[in-house]
Amino acid sequence: MRRINWDWLGIVPFLLFSIAFLFAPGINIFINSFRGPNDEFTLNNIAGLFAQNIFDSFSVTLRISLASAALGGMLGLLVAYALVIGGAPRIVRTLFMTFSGVASNFAGVPLAFAFISTLGRLGLVTLLLKQIGVDLYAEGFNLYGFWGLVLTYTYFQMPLAILVFAPPLEGLKQQWREAAESLGANSLQYWQFIGLPILLPAMLSVFILLFGNAFGAYATAYALTGGQINLVPLVIARQISGDVLNNQGFGSALALGMIIMMAISITLYSLLQNRTARWLK
Amino acid sequence: MKRTSLTSWLWMIIGALYFLLPLIATADFSLRAEKNKLGFLAYERVFADPRFISTFTFSLYVSILTIIASIILVVPTAYWVRLRVPTFRRAFEFITLLPLIIPAVVLVFGLSRIYGKYPFQFMIETPALFVVGNVIFALPYMYRSVDIGLRAIDVHTLTEAAQSLGASLPYTLLRVIFPNITVALLSGAFLTFAIVMGEFTMASLLVQPAFGPYMQQISSSKVYEPSAVAIISFMLTWACTGAIQLLGRRSPGQTQVAGSR
Repeated sequence: MRRINWDWLGIVPFLLFSIAFLFAPGINIFINSFRGPNDEFTLNNIAGLFAQNIFDSFSVTLRISLASAALGGMLGLLVAYALVIGGAPRIVRTLFMTFSGVASNFAGVPLAFAFISTLGRLGLVTLLLKQIGVDLYAEGFNLYGFWGLVLTYTYFQMPLAILVFAPPLEGLKQQWREAAESLGANSLQYWQFIGLPILLPAMLSVFILLFGNAFGAYATAYALTGGQINLVPLVIARQISGDVLNNQGFGSALALGMIIMMAISITLYSLLQNRTARWLK
Repeated sequence: MKRTSLTSWLWMIIGALYFLLPLIATADFSLRAEKNKLGFLAYERVFADPRFISTFTFSLYVSILTIIASIILVVPTAYWVRLRVPTFRRAFEFITLLPLIIPAVVLVFGLSRIYGKYPFQFMIETPALFVVGNVIFALPYMYRSVDIGLRAIDVHTLTEAAQSLGASLPYTLLRVIFPNITVALLSGAFLTFAIVMGEFTMASLLVQPAFGPYMQQISSSKVYEPSAVAIISFMLTWACTGAIQLLGRRSPGQTQVAGSR
């Protein structure tokens, strides 16, 4: 006798949970983005995203995320290169890797405090630099502004980049370099024709990962600026706590805007990841 | 052995400075609560603050609930997917990775729209919704830990062996599978613990008396205590990472975006 297959029942609890608390909020945001105050269909909320101040929010969030992804990614690549290919002693390498694991998780409020103690007006580095004649704040630096945020974000971006760059760098086989050299290639040619083309997808995917990481950041920016800067996550948060206009539809449209940005970056990321994986066998 | 080049050292030193300077500055600042003298006064004040104790305990309580809930949610499903419905595997993987790309602000916004009103308002009035949010953000780490654990054991053989001896499925799961993946579960639990203890975004938007918002609030009224709290929080992250490392289940590159950014 053929029995009906009831195996799928085992995954129902998990499915229900994720529908209720992951997909339903997403669908709710999507629907409400197109809903006006009287439950009618409207495109006003979406159009509101292009208002000058909101457009500026998206633009500054985008620029901070791009800058911190570029800075963190570059530093991370150079450090990872020094660790993996530069022949760092094993103990140094282990220390860096472990510390990167901790530092990439060290974000939010305590990170903001750490940077205030370092680069704030009375911060350690600020005062040290003053003693040798460099007055950061007189030069126009402000920890609570654009570059301050970028430097702070870099603290969790760089270790993440180190962790993600290490495997592809290890994948650069010594034999490839030897093969290139035995064919007469110099160091520059090796990097131009072999190293970089292999690393490029990894570099781009790390960049996208870091970008997304910074784009959704809320706690660090909030704690650092006291909510003074108009990053998109902070604008959405104000919609939740209802400080300002508190237009539900508009808040949803903002959230939808963020979801779309993240969706684009994660799609690019997984496409590139597949390319990198090919060389890591 | 290859010699370490000068440029390599240069970049490692720059990296190390970037890592250490903020920590040194914070530690230094946290020890200066007394004039002209280094001491642990700021720490003493923090530990004596009843709000520190209450928020810390609250976050502890939430993190335990989160760990239990996510184990109950993830382990049986991961086991079942491996055993009976492997076709669901990719979808399961995809769902558990989604929280990595969804900003906490966006999820809280969506959740509070649905569960902030009748008939669900009890979820926002109790820590329930906060726990749920934490479970969601713990999913990627829990799933990955459990998956690594299950991959290391032969689920099919173990299950058949248990069943041929007359064990029921729940019994097999509880007495055979669980004990075999304890290490994996522990490393998932430590990571979840670290995330929940530092969680700020959801806690503050859902107005929870948690440790994250406490850290932020004292910065407006106190001078040295915030640095002390930052050091304490950093130590906590270190301890969790150390514990995971000791459990030996974590390879570099496995670490990913965590915590409240």
